[in-house]
Amino acid sequence: MRLLSLYAVLAYAFLHLPLLVLSVFSFNQSRFTQWEGFSTRWYAQAFADPALREATLNSLLIGGAATVLATVIGTLCAYALWKRKSPPISSTLYLSLMTPEIVTGVALLAFYQWLFHFLNLQLGMMTVIFAHVSFCLAYVVIVVIARLRTMDGTLEEAALDLGANEFEAFYLVTLPQLAPAIVSAALLAFTISFDDFVITSMVAGVDSETLPMVMYATARRGVSPILNAVSTIIVVGLGVLILASERLQTKS
Amino acid sequence: MTNDTVLELRGVTKSFPSHKAVDNVSITVGRGELHALLGPSGCGKTTCLRMVAGFETPDSGQVLLNGTDIAPLKPYERNVSTVFQSYALFPHLNVFENVAFGLRQRGEASIDSKVKAALDLVRLSQKADRKPSQMSGGEKQRAALARSLVLEPDLLLLDEPLSALDPNLRQTVRQELKALQRRVGITFLMVTHDQEEALSMADRITLMNQGRVEQVGTPQDIYLKPATRFTAGFLGAVNWIGDIGIRPESLHLARQHPGNGASVRSARITHSTFLGDCYHVQAEITEGQQVMAQVPRSQNGYHPGDQVQLWWNSADELHIPK
Repeated sequence: MRLLSLYAVLAYAFLHLPLLVLSVFSFNQSRFTQWEGFSTRWYAQAFADPALREATLNSLLIGGAATVLATVIGTLCAYALWKRKSPPISSTLYLSLMTPEIVTGVALLAFYQWLFHFLNLQLGMMTVIFAHVSFCLAYVVIVVIARLRTMDGTLEEAALDLGANEFEAFYLVTLPQLAPAIVSAALLAFTISFDDFVITSMVAGVDSETLPMVMYATARRGVSPILNAVSTIIVVGLGVLILASERLQTKS
Repeated sequence: MTNDTVLELRGVTKSFPSHKAVDNVSITVGRGELHALLGPSGCGKTTCLRMVAGFETPDSGQVLLNGTDIAPLKPYERNVSTVFQSYALFPHLNVFENVAFGLRQRGEASIDSKVKAALDLVRLSQKADRKPSQMSGGEKQRAALARSLVLEPDLLLLDEPLSALDPNLRQTVRQELKALQRRVGITFLMVTHDQEEALSMADRITLMNQGRVEQVGTPQDIYLKPATRFTAGFLGAVNWIGDIGIRPESLHLARQHPGNGASVRSARITHSTFLGDCYHVQAEITEGQQVMAQVPRSQNGYHPGDQVQLWWNSADELHIPK
């Protein structure tokens, strides 16, 4: 048992030690990886940086819009798949999860370029949001359909039997059962959207640079402890969302 | 259709992609009766119930509720209500809100007093605040009954109402359900595969087999005067001696020829099984032909290998050609 515990500790250390080191050095006085005393100067600089602020705002905006759209569309998709019980379509969902991001990015870029022949549009906020909806969708469907599959199908029949029409049955009976799963799916979608770099960098325009893109550009110019501070904030923020999502999933 | 008929299925047929579930079935349910739709699994009884509830639409035929064809209507457009096998109580609502659900859909007034009366009827007034997950199987069933009865349907449908209950609870609930039906005076149509349940509860039984109606009648009619060998066999064990059918409880054992004018066969006992209240004694009349007699405990004392006389009264014979 003791060996097993040690093994678990080591495995966790392997997973989390880099993040720990990152967060420790984000509070370092020095800009190098040598401890010289506690300081919050990198955090102050990060908050003062206009490029980072704009990128954060963009990321929150894109993440928010993509989350709302993907959650609504995905929940209805899951409901339809569950109602119609069509496994062939369900299994193509996993194709979307398995596709390498770079392929999705190239595909979306090609799609947009083709689309721009007909529509007077260019790469920007809208194309990024649309891209994020498309890769968040599968996650939402999978989380929501997992919950639907554990639900008693006769609940809706009971609602119809008691005088509710199809919309009322969905709204009054099915939706409340799904609520924890939907919130959990939304949190997951938001973290995935906020995280994304590869696809976003391919379909973004000048007005839609996200936080990961700006961080990447900064890192290319040389090591910056400001990135440590920003990364620590992201890890803590998304960590809270993921934990909340997990908790809701086990609760439902 | 007379005034005393609540429900009539007239030549109803329903096919699914894989099979024909219901084949030209006609069923009549009288006002105020407890009618059992009985049959083995896959006989089409549940499909019939679902067509009455509105969850399935018949391919052809009519579903007449008080003389009006309701076959094309949606479930929420017909005044019938269902108690589901799984009860299908809404997990996010407490018992009170579950029972109030239908009334709220109808936009009825005085919901409070109606729900309270319904909960009183099924002895759940104390549990109005409970969520379904906090209740026993019996309580859930009563909540589901209250949820349907509060709407005062023309017809209450019950899908295998006892199957989800503990076996030792079923006896009591049978009596309770029947008493409840008498008290509220609402017509019950109950689907079951359990012949004992149907015999003990129903005023009339429609027995189905392979998508067709096999026989309709009172429990006594169906048990004592089965029209087909399927009916005879489904409602209880039958020994076939040539073309004559004898139920095990009508087959008696004696050491000597009873000499009472009854029909008699010599036999040799092969097995005797103790069942608590009686013995099931198996005997061989001729090579390879086994029969079974139900013998009261007080009259036992037979052992495998014993030579005995089997006898029965001709009044107990079932005459059904193959």
